Formats: sequence, structure tokens, C-alpha cells
Amino acid sequence: MLRERELIIVGGGPAGMAAAIAAHESGVRDILVLERDYCLGGILNQCIHTGFGIRHFKEVLAGPEYADRYVNQIQSIPEIEISIKSFVVKLTREKVLTYLKPGQMHEVKAKAIIMATGCRERTREMIHIAGTRPSGIFSAGLAQRLMNIDALLPGKEVLVVGSGDIGLIMARRFTLEGAKVKGVVEIAKTTRGLVRNRVQCIEDFNIPIYFSHKISKIYGRNRVEAVDVVQVDDTYKEIQGTLFKVPCDTILISVGLIPENELMEMAGVKLDKKTNSPVSDGLNKTSIPGIFSCGNSFKVYDIVDSVTRDSILAGHLAAEYLKGAK
Amino acid sequence: MKRYDVVIIGGGVVGASIARKLSQYRLKIALLEKEEELAFGVSKSNSGIIHPGTQNPPNSLKGHLCVQGNYLMRKIAMDLGVDFKEVGELIVAFQENEIPELLRLKKEAELLGVPGLEIVDRAWLRKREPNLNAEACAALYAPTAGIVSPYRVVYDNAENAVRNGAEIHTLAEVEAITKKDTFFVIRTKKGIFNAKYIVNSAGLFSDRIANMVGINDFYVHPRKGEEFLLDKKKENLTNHLIFPLPTKTSKGILIIKTSDGNPMIGPTAEDVESKDDLSTSDEGLAKVISAAKRLVPSIDENDIISYFAGLRPASGKDFIIRREKSVPGFITVAGIQSPGLTAAPAIAALVCRLLGESGLTFKRKIFFHAHRKKTIHLFTISPEHTKSLIRKDPAYGDIVCRCEIVSRKEIEDSISRGARTADGVKFRTRAQAGRCHGTFCTSRVLKILAEKCKKPVTEITKRGKGSEIVKGEKRVA
Repeated sequence: MLRERELIIVGGGPAGMAAAIAAHESGVRDILVLERDYCLGGILNQCIHTGFGIRHFKEVLAGPEYADRYVNQIQSIPEIEISIKSFVVKLTREKVLTYLKPGQMHEVKAKAIIMATGCRERTREMIHIAGTRPSGIFSAGLAQRLMNIDALLPGKEVLVVGSGDIGLIMARRFTLEGAKVKGVVEIAKTTRGLVRNRVQCIEDFNIPIYFSHKISKIYGRNRVEAVDVVQVDDTYKEIQGTLFKVPCDTILISVGLIPENELMEMAGVKLDKKTNSPVSDGLNKTSIPGIFSCGNSFKVYDIVDSVTRDSILAGHLAAEYLKGAK
Repeated sequence: MKRYDVVIIGGGVVGASIARKLSQYRLKIALLEKEEELAFGVSKSNSGIIHPGTQNPPNSLKGHLCVQGNYLMRKIAMDLGVDFKEVGELIVAFQENEIPELLRLKKEAELLGVPGLEIVDRAWLRKREPNLNAEACAALYAPTAGIVSPYRVVYDNAENAVRNGAEIHTLAEVEAITKKDTFFVIRTKKGIFNAKYIVNSAGLFSDRIANMVGINDFYVHPRKGEEFLLDKKKENLTNHLIFPLPTKTSKGILIIKTSDGNPMIGPTAEDVESKDDLSTSDEGLAKVISAAKRLVPSIDENDIISYFAGLRPASGKDFIIRREKSVPGFITVAGIQSPGLTAAPAIAALVCRLLGESGLTFKRKIFFHAHRKKTIHLFTISPEHTKSLIRKDPAYGDIVCRCEIVSRKEIEDSISRGARTADGVKFRTRAQAGRCHGTFCTSRVLKILAEKCKKPVTEITKRGKGSEIVKGEKRVA
């Protein structure tokens, strides 16, 4: 017999935690939160910069502080079981979940599931940058983890590709750690990130930012040695004669985020091919009744405060569904 | 100073296969590799196809070795615990007037002894290969084509050779070879090796090694191939390996099934100057996409999760495998481009024969450990098996790479089996090879490597010295 649970939430980041607490408030009394990492908090743990919580808490917090408020709250609720180091390998349409954790493998059936699996960064491979494949090419998030969690310096002469928020924040971070940021290269005419990040992370540190530019080639056999930067026209085509070479040892890729929805896809949830978000007729809903999605796995949000706001709604929605199912 | 019966120069698929073959006999063997790990040269970019033997001239050495190798590889794969999947290949014609060409290929392959060939029609194709371009009107079907992981063939051959007494020395680039009385003195970056016989299987650099003993009659031209790997979700894009009709210089751009599930499209074929030009290009991508879409129109550029370039060590049209009469005891194995992986077991057998003709005597070992326990990959086994493994060793339940589902245990195992670099771990386990490209697991892979290799994290490299992943410890405020 499969063990059956009322509500299982996959992901213990800000979205999963807010949804769990909200579902509990709405009366759900059997909740299991599965978190693959060693602790709750998700990606907030590596976001040691401030700017979180301005809307939600009316305070300026660092990422781990914002996470901590929810971690403390969720841990004080006995009806919410938290399972860390728990990696879900399978999800079916019938809402049967298989997960591994050190020493254990479990199969459980849930009456309702909230997927709060966050998002991942688009890679160099997805934007097809030509050239070699040396070490020194990092997604901005990996560089952030290496610096802020592992206390390592990924590189000393850095070029940032894309002006996503993580890229801008990491440009400042590298500068503060004594590395030289050679510039930010953005293919669009304007920054993708928040205005405050453009001002506080780039302009305040006199980091050159190249709009309507892209990098067209990476050089270096073992380690990045240089990149070609070239200006593009309105259709993103290279403009002849504008190419210049920038010597650097590190490339940070910050070219957007995609919801991480492989499990939902496995279960047969309809996903939008372009955005990888669930095709939905309402906030946090999916094409399979009883499987909900919230936070960045539903759609990529700019700020965590909005993730929290909408994930609370997901918790209530799942609770309502469970009441109806009874 | 150590003396060896045979020193093999070059630790790719050819060198590793020869080492394993020779390790059956009572011989002292060393395999020398200039890179930090084996398979870091030509072999790392191999597409993993075990060719049936089609598309080779009937009188060619490579054609014969390919057909033999296709047969031998099955047993070797079974002995070594390497997955061999016989998926079959289709060489596709789009117009009725191309059918005679298919018939010609069939005839040539039959002369080489390729079994089971069949010309299949449109209806057959629609039924068994539904994603194939509907305009395809016929194909040459070769059922004996298969796929393996090229890395695992190298690593598992090498591991088994070591188990049977062979030595492997990495970072041992050969700098000079001299002959002293009856043996060769091989000076390397790892010291001096003396050997009665040398097998030169140095891939792109086999001409350089040959020059060291005064052989100057061949030159290895690097011919670049760019390949593009698709998301594992597209595993069932095709049921067979799909080939267009071959051109004069290459087998064309293919739809390749790989042993780990991700389809691959490519390769291009372009002669380049430099033996370390591994760059990919926008033109290469455009060429591959358009050619692949012609075969399977539903291929989407957005499904590409990775790409790389490899260099084929081309030297003339055929393999060069011979004993050098001017340098007794020196065996040349050069120009091993496609179908080198397939032919490798047959090349190893041929090299043994040539060594015998050069005077080496072979005595079988009483105990030869022919079998190797299969390496475990969670992504390939059943849930029940996974469950029992986790119960035995909790580290199987500690998932490090989320895209490819690779546990800490598998990564630690790969390091005990010889992985020393992030790429070495990737080639053996697939950790960092998935759609997030290592964003989520690189930090942990680094730490596990550092811990197991007893090195600081700052010394862990992607593929050897100079490719350190991080530049230093962060300043402590």
C-alpha cells in the first residue's frame, strides 16, 4: 500500500515555504515539504545582497534574512513535516511521487501537490556562443554560489554576458572582492534587470555596459583568455566593423531564467514550449487537477516579495481543492 | 629504471584497447598519456557509434577492421560491463534516382561482409521511423549498427588492463625516443621508460612521435567536427542512427542516438590548421541544424543543451597500421579516424599480430581477469534496484547532479576509478552534462574531487593544469 499524504510541496525555497504555511492556515493538517538541498531557503541562501522584503515586510533584508523569517515560522508548525536532502525523481499524473534521500527511497501518493521547484539559468549553450570551451565560463548563479557559500573567487577579470539581475549583482560582487569587471554586454537596447540594480551595481561602480552588443566568440584552450564583442542591429545581426576583443579570464552568463518543470512535464502537465511555464487558466493552476505550481516554477518573478504573495495564494488554492475533494 | 616489453603511446580508445588486449599475456606493459586523464584527446569527442561497416571501400583496411570490430565489440562490451545497444542505422535517400547509390553502398558493404543489409521502402520508414522526413523514399538498413559510450569504452578497457597488471601513466608526454642496443629509451615528462617494443597510437600527434624515430612519411591532418547534443527528453526522436547519403569527405551530418539517451546531431567536417583548435562556430551550427532538419524536420534548435568540437586524426584515406621495417620493434597506428572506435578491438588484435611478427612472444596468463563489474548509473537502472542500492549505501540516495540524476556515490566511485578532473567526472558519470550545464552541481563536484583527491579546491581543474575552475580563495574580510 502506498502511503498517502494530504499535501506534498516540492521545494523548500520561499515559494514552497509560503505555500506550506498558507495551506496550514487554511486548515490543511498533513503537509510534507520536500527540499533537495541541505537546508530550507532555496536560492535566497546565496543572495547575500540586500533589497529583499521591501514590499512584503516593509523592511530591507538580505536573502538569507528573508528566508530565515519563513524558516522560523515553518519550523514552529508541527503539522508541516520537512524532509531535506530529498530529491524527487518521479511524479505521475496520479500524483504519486518517488523521492530519494541518503539511505532511503520513498514512494508516496498525495491528494494535492504544489510544485515549487524554482527556476534555472539559461546557459551559454542555449544562446549558442561560438568558440572554445575552457574553464572560466559560469552561470551568474553558480558564480554567486561559489563566492557566497563556498568562499571561492571564480575569476579575476570578468566579463558579464546579459544584464539579468543576478549578472548585475554579481558584477558588483566581483568588484567588491577585488576582481576587475571588464563590462556587461547586453544584446537588447536596455537592461533586463531592475533599474535599482543597474544604478547600484553598475553605474555606481563605473562598470562599462554595452547595450546592443553581444559576444560572438570565446577564446582560450584551458582557461578563458578573451572574448569578441560585437555590436548588433535591431534584428540582433552583427554590424560589420564593430568587433573588438576583450581580454578576460572569466565569463558570467546571465541571460534569463527558465522555470524548472521537468517533473511536471514527466507527469504530463502541459507546459508552454517557449516559457516552460505550465499552461494554465489561472494563477498557480496546471492542466492536471490537484497539481499546483507556484513561485518561479510557475513563472519567473522579478522579486521574491511577489513570489511570496502568489505562493500564499497557491497554499490557499490547494487547501480549497482538498476541501472540495473530501 | 623500469623496463617494459611494450610501451603504448597515447591513451585514447586505440591505446586503451591495445593495453587491455596485451594484458592477457605475460608481458610488462605501460600506457603513456600526455593529458591528465585518458580519452582527453580525439576519443573524448567520439560520437559513440559502432558502425556496421557500410560506407567503406571494400578493399580498405578500415572497412575490414570495422566489420571485425563491430563483432568483437559486443563481447568486449559484455566483458567490461559497457552498455552496447544494437539500434541499427538507416542511410536515407530522398529521391528515386538515389536508390542505385543505396544499392551500390549495399553491394560494397556486402563485399566487406556486413550482415543483414536491406533496402527498405517508404512504408517501412513511416512505420518504424515516424519522425523521419516524409520525403524520404528509401533507405539502406544496417541492423548491426550500435551505440556505446565512447568514454566508458576507453576507461573500462584501461581499468581492466590495470587489473591485469598493465601500468598507466598520465601527464607523461613523450619528449624523445632513442634506441639503445635492443631497446628503446623513451624520455617523458614523467621520467624515462625503457621498452623493447613501442606502439604509437598517439592520435593527432602520432606523426610527431613517428618523427622521433626518423619516420617522416605521413602527416596527421586535424579535421574538425562540430557536434550538438540535444536534451535527453528527446531520447526517442529517432529509433535508428540516421545517415544521409555519404559525400566524398565524410559520412555527412547524422542524427545520432547516444548511449546516455541524448540525441546528437552533427558532425561537420572541416580541415583545420591547429591540432588544438576545438572551437565551434556559428556557421557549423547553421550547417548542422539545416542538414539535421532535412532528415528529421521536428528537430528544434532550442533543444540543444550542449555542443563541442573534436578533431579527427586524418592521414590519407585509410588507417595506417604497420610495423616499421626501418625501426624494428616500432608499430605505427595512425590516421585512425572514423570508424576508429568500432575498429579498436580489431586494431588491437592486428597490433598483437604485428608485434608477434616483430619477434614478441605471447604467453597467456594463467589468471586473466576478463570481466569487470559494471559501473552503476542510477539513471539506467530500475527503481527497485535503486532502492536496494540506497539501502546498502546511503550515498546512492544523495543526489548531486539533478539534471542527470547522479549520486554522490557514483561521483566518489568515478574518482576511485581514476577521475581527477571535473571533465573526467563528467565523462564517467554525466554529472554536469545535463541541461543546467553544471550550474547546480559544480560546487559539490569540486568539493568531492578536492576531498577525495586530497587537494585544495583551487587546484581542481576542468581538464588538467591551466584549467583550474576557480581562481582562488576569496578574500577574508
